[in-house]
Amino acid sequence: MARTRRGTAARSRGRSDSQSYSDLAADPGFAELKRRYRRFAIPATIAFLVWYVTYVVCNNWARGFMGTRVVGHINVALVFGLLQFLSTFVIAYLYARYAGRRLDPLSTQLRERFESETGR
Amino acid sequence: MSPLLVPLAAGDNRALTITLFLAVVVVTLGITFWASRQNKSAADYYAGGRSFTGFQNGLAIGGDYMSAASFLGISGSIALYGYDGFLYSIGFLVAWLVALLLVAELLRNSGRYTMADQLAYRMRQVPVRSAAASSTIVVSIFYLLAQMVGAGSLVGLLLGVSSPGVKNLVIIGVGILMIVYVTLGGMKGTTWVQIVKAVLLIIGTLLITILVLAQFHFNLSELLGAAAQKSGKGEAFLQPGQLYGRDLVGKFDFLSLGLALVLGTAGLPHILVRFYTTPTAQTARKSVLWAIGLIGAFYLMTLVLGFGAAALVDTAKGSPVATSSGNAASPLLAQAVGGGEGTLGGAVLLALISAVAFATILAVVAGLTLTSASSLAHDIYANVIKKGKASERSEMVVVRIAAFAIGAVAIALAIPAQRLNIAFLVALAFAVAASANLPALLFNLFWRRFNTVGATASIYGGLIAAVVLVIFSPVGSGTETSLFPHAHFAWFPLRNPGLVSIPIGFLCGIVGTLVSKDTESQKRYDELEVRSLTGAGAEKATAH
Repeated sequence: MARTRRGTAARSRGRSDSQSYSDLAADPGFAELKRRYRRFAIPATIAFLVWYVTYVVCNNWARGFMGTRVVGHINVALVFGLLQFLSTFVIAYLYARYAGRRLDPLSTQLRERFESETGR
Repeated sequence: MSPLLVPLAAGDNRALTITLFLAVVVVTLGITFWASRQNKSAADYYAGGRSFTGFQNGLAIGGDYMSAASFLGISGSIALYGYDGFLYSIGFLVAWLVALLLVAELLRNSGRYTMADQLAYRMRQVPVRSAAASSTIVVSIFYLLAQMVGAGSLVGLLLGVSSPGVKNLVIIGVGILMIVYVTLGGMKGTTWVQIVKAVLLIIGTLLITILVLAQFHFNLSELLGAAAQKSGKGEAFLQPGQLYGRDLVGKFDFLSLGLALVLGTAGLPHILVRFYTTPTAQTARKSVLWAIGLIGAFYLMTLVLGFGAAALVDTAKGSPVATSSGNAASPLLAQAVGGGEGTLGGAVLLALISAVAFATILAVVAGLTLTSASSLAHDIYANVIKKGKASERSEMVVVRIAAFAIGAVAIALAIPAQRLNIAFLVALAFAVAASANLPALLFNLFWRRFNTVGATASIYGGLIAAVVLVIFSPVGSGTETSLFPHAHFAWFPLRNPGLVSIPIGFLCGIVGTLVSKDTESQKRYDELEVRSLTGAGAEKATAH
């Protein structure tokens, strides 16, 4: 429904959306955007999943280690759990910084070109 | 939840609690009527006009996600089982990285109103929308039932009444309220209800957390020591093993639960639709960052509440905390740090925390009802039945009828479900979300070859695997708390199906794709990829 509406608007400017999409897909700038995005997102995902599963596994199969006292009544299990919070905050922060610096300028540039071509 | 209810409130306390409950109802209904006058288009109704800021949507995500189960349930679980009670909240939080890194922005750019939109972008509409709507509705109904049955018991507990008639009335009342929020307020009204609830919840927990910590000189170790001593279990109370993984099956069960929690969040339809309420992908990202901060802070505070309750409130066998499976821990802790039973401070804090729990229930059920009604109207009615030719006007009528129907079904199912142990329903909702929805979403975004057969196979495969495994697990039969306690067909040992059903969902997606000769869906992959990463052609905010 929306696609038909959009198609009509684009035709009046002499270019179709799908043409502009294929142009962008073939653009070296887009290949670079995709590479930058995946270079962060995929390793980060693998890293935090492995880190989290390690924590779950330690709760099951390394209870002696988890019960070791660190300071006062605070033991390894609690510190490990709190580190999961910390790592989540840190990865989220790093991704936000990376996206703001390395992804947003490129994606904005590509989107603006698309919008001027298709007249939206 | 235990059927044994312990009155927390009596006399004046009850009047105060009821007054605050009514205040919550009046404020949320006021928001709903205000929002109803602003709903002009489908984008307004389904996506709140896509005009929420990152901070507002971050609060709303928190309001949608932090259910009464996590507010009262997790702190109660810590109060009773110590460290193991904390484990749920870690999975619930880490899961947000999947949403942040892989789903939120890409979905915002490529979808419109429902989870199915994103799949339907390059697949055949009818089969894919039918599949995605089925899993959306199954996940939402499971979650909704858990919340509503919980609401009956909780409100009974918080008001100090235990008769089944009152609990039924509470379920009907909550059901009617959620129908009103959703039919009138749409996404805009629901979002504001969730924002108000998130603010109340954060303020309430922060207040109690500070009061608890003050009793232990702001020294975490001292609090833990007091909790361990009072629990009667000593240091073991602070170590893993009190609740999960007592034997080998239990250990694998816990691993299975952990996987479903961490992979399920980014496949929960009522969470996914929240990303559509922001004007751009960058705002969607900001809202997830706010949500991670708020949810993380909240779970850290529940840790203090849980150990605080263990240290300061009676949690022995037969105590109110124990007989309510821990749900009474936070309200009673509030009473204790406010000055104790019979004091004004204690009564005020108890009533306050009870009202926060009530607001929490209302906000979560509204989000779930809206999501399933949207999927029925937009996916099934407009695109499967009317093949995309329904007028926006008729779609807006249908979505309201759908909200009414979902509400009615939820009330009708929740009343008889009260006698069942429904604690497994939330875990099952996460397992279905991780097994059915996440594989389809990720393959669609990252695998060019993925096609219609693969998408339907992964959704139905993951959905059926999760549900069937639960039916044939000890949750289904063979134990005292099973759905069928006297039958014996539990050949699957784990209560949480994720460990098996998540790989099945991914595998079905791969096999389904490879056996099909369909290459039609690859044609629009470039377009989907460009659009999801750059936002070119993405839906814009509606102007008012």
